[in-house]
Amino acid sequence: MQIRVIPGSSAAIYRQIADQIRRGIASGELAVGDAVPSVRTLAKELVVNANTVAKAYAELIRDGVLETQAGKGAFVASRRDIYSKAERLRRLDDALEIAISASIALNFNGDEILARMQSKLNKMQV
Amino acid sequence: MSTTDVIRTHRLTRYFGRRAVVRELDFSVPRGSVVGLLGLNGAGKTTTIRMLLGFLEPTRGTCEVLGRDSRELTPDVRARIGHTVEGHFLHPWMRVRECERFGRETHPQWDGSFFEQAVRRFGIDTDAKVSWLSRGQRAGVSLASTLAGAPELLILDDPALGLDPVSRRALNETIIEFCESGDRTVLLSSHLLDDVERVADRVAVMVDGRMLVDSTLDDFRNRVAAWVLDVPQDPTIMRTIPGLVHCRPIGNRWHVTVADPDEETTAAMERLQAASIERVEVTFEDAVLAYLSRSRVGHSFYSGAAS
Repeated sequence: MQIRVIPGSSAAIYRQIADQIRRGIASGELAVGDAVPSVRTLAKELVVNANTVAKAYAELIRDGVLETQAGKGAFVASRRDIYSKAERLRRLDDALEIAISASIALNFNGDEILARMQSKLNKMQV
Repeated sequence: MSTTDVIRTHRLTRYFGRRAVVRELDFSVPRGSVVGLLGLNGAGKTTTIRMLLGFLEPTRGTCEVLGRDSRELTPDVRARIGHTVEGHFLHPWMRVRECERFGRETHPQWDGSFFEQAVRRFGIDTDAKVSWLSRGQRAGVSLASTLAGAPELLILDDPALGLDPVSRRALNETIIEFCESGDRTVLLSSHLLDDVERVADRVAVMVDGRMLVDSTLDDFRNRVAAWVLDVPQDPTIMRTIPGLVHCRPIGNRWHVTVADPDEETTAAMERLQAASIERVEVTFEDAVLAYLSRSRVGHSFYSGAAS
């Protein structure tokens, strides 16, 4: 998958990298067990400081999105529940509230939002 | 200060005549970092760099590079420091290939393949004479010659000045490549904030000879916040806002940038009784510009600002 960074935006570069990898996994572009490029390779490819890439990877590893195998680099982790049920629900609510309020602001009604959501879910094969 | 610092200054001060150009600098650069040194022209960046390299005596205070006082750098220590100067001086009659040979014979360590790769990135023909090259290509040869000497510490004084976009990209790529091993350190003065955001992991901001920011890039971003206030006149005249960095008008409203905001900051803003208070996102560029703009407006009522 192709990662792009844009300096001068409101998201820090490490955040842009981490978010794109998360999105790549959510959309199925990256599958469980897929290798991600090494910190050095990605730093060279994106022309960004290696510590910036390392910071993005560290966050993804901490959150259980990636896992490292000694000497082999980082891979997309099989999904494990690193949060409690209650915490997962809280985070789900947060994410949905943002999406719903943005959708309502765009003048869509509940049925339209639900239908669109369903088709997105089908596409991602969740 | 940790023992892994490659550069350290202690109350470093330099006067030219009666004018203080660098004032009481306490600054350190940890090994393995890429530091963007930012500031307006005349802020003291080049003077600081010249003192670090031992080309200029401090008026007061000290600076150390690779553990040695800058005034007493031996040839051995100097060989471990690479630097380029503004304008990229090279002998105009040399061919690029001869610059490579010249470098090989004048450096104890020389990485010829790094030189080759770097000049190729800048699109340079090694048979070309230096006097035929564009400014960007001369920068490429100068940078390649400096980096092929495999220095531990690289000091670049505004290397991007006047470069075309292709050479700028080549410059950024070359710096990233040079730092690949993780134990090389770069101090880089620049005006190109987007490039600094890419290649640097630390940022140092100088304003009027003082260093107001010296931290990791992410800490710097996280510490700076901004609000847009709908008030009839400059809110900094009406009240002191703790942590204020800069305030400027945007249309009929006021954009207020604050470092390390706390409850007192928000309380102060609420007391302004603004028609609206909106927290806005801050980019790296916004945060740096807020600091740099301070020097342009004088310090009369900005004296309460945090540094």
